[in-house]
Amino acid sequence: MRKAETELPEDVVDALRKAETAEENDVAKSQLQTILKNIEIAKKHGVPMCQDTGIMIFFAEIGSEFQPGFDIEAAIQEAVILATAKIPLRPNAVDPLSRKNSGNNTGAGIPDIHWKLVPGKHLKITVAPKGAGSENMSSLRMFNPTEIGNIKNFVLETVVNAGGMPCPPLTIGVGIGGSFDAAARLAKEALLEPLDTQMDVLEKEILEAVNALGIGCMGLGGSTTALSVHVKTAYCHTASLPVAVNIQCWANRHASIVFGGEE
Amino acid sequence: MEYHLKTPLEIEDIKKLNAGDIVYISGEILTARDEAHARILEMDEKQEELPFSLEGAVIYHCGPLMQQTENGWKVISAGPTTSGRMSKMTPPLLRSHGIRAIIGKGGMKGVTDALKGKCVYLAYTGGCAALAAELIKEVKAVHWLDLGMPEAVWVLSVEEFGPLIVGIDAKGKDIFSEVREKAQEKFEKQK
Repeated sequence: MRKAETELPEDVVDALRKAETAEENDVAKSQLQTILKNIEIAKKHGVPMCQDTGIMIFFAEIGSEFQPGFDIEAAIQEAVILATAKIPLRPNAVDPLSRKNSGNNTGAGIPDIHWKLVPGKHLKITVAPKGAGSENMSSLRMFNPTEIGNIKNFVLETVVNAGGMPCPPLTIGVGIGGSFDAAARLAKEALLEPLDTQMDVLEKEILEAVNALGIGCMGLGGSTTALSVHVKTAYCHTASLPVAVNIQCWANRHASIVFGGEE
Repeated sequence: MEYHLKTPLEIEDIKKLNAGDIVYISGEILTARDEAHARILEMDEKQEELPFSLEGAVIYHCGPLMQQTENGWKVISAGPTTSGRMSKMTPPLLRSHGIRAIIGKGGMKGVTDALKGKCVYLAYTGGCAALAAELIKEVKAVHWLDLGMPEAVWVLSVEEFGPLIVGIDAKGKDIFSEVREKAQEKFEKQK
């Protein structure tokens, strides 16, 4: 958690550097320079790069032969409480209706832990702290199966409505197919893909269209509104076409740790 | 143009600012986000006196990450939050208080008229909280901690806080809405 909060993955920093070099709009360029300076300071002093330290979302990959010998979920819960006090993290977790803050970033359903059973002897845990500024700009729509051609417009509409609010340059995760909730999960997982991954035709087409909007860094105008677009798909019911768009700010924070042998 | 301003701000300080200018602020700024805005408006309605002054004030849309130490509160990370959430509450706030500048990120919708002639919106780079923390020299006071750490009103002493971009000036020019309108046009065209 400390690593995720204070240091961005190298591929994300590289993408931001490239955006800064390529930017011709003076205001956007200065904003990108401020971001790069901020990343350096956070890393140097070991402090969270953004005050919205997010809510903790975990993706755990557990090998079928991994023997923990203890309650992993309870351990993760404890780790979040410890991290909140030690790093420290901003207490962000509240009851959805009373809005009462638990003070330690835990509560019913939080941290959010997703399990995947895989072959092997290891346990890989990835943490992705998610801030509200970008999460609030995400959207999901249940399309008719004949509306595949509208998917790109749906992503663009989401980005236009968001404007500068989700702290662009963005990473955009798109989940297509599955069910109502599975599409959203795919979109969130897509955000974890390395930004230097080769994009396919649809991803490139969406990225080009997004950047042509000219929203730019922080919505003040410029050529880079998004750094990357990642699409993940799953089979769905013949009568449905769920599409989820998960928006990620420039601070695409995540870090992983592997226990017990190779992945 | 680049300006270095000191708080409390006078109307003259902000009238000369144009959208796109760069500003650095020294002096005192107050954080306020969703819950603090709601409470101020509630107290205004009941005609109750606020525990802090908003005359010539700079409001910072920020829910900082603070740490309590033996020597009081320490700022760990304090970047701007999404100003859009405060859009509706801002015009009534400006009507009853002499707020001269609002610092935030992402811009605000429907506030240009309320800002005219009396207040500017300054954009600080979103997420740049480690840098902002370096520019905050002291936590002078905290009000309404019962709202939780992010939602409380923190009175911060800052030095050369910036760079801030004038996003909406006091003459009605709004960079964010111009960019948004252009993006909307492009979107409609390619549909």
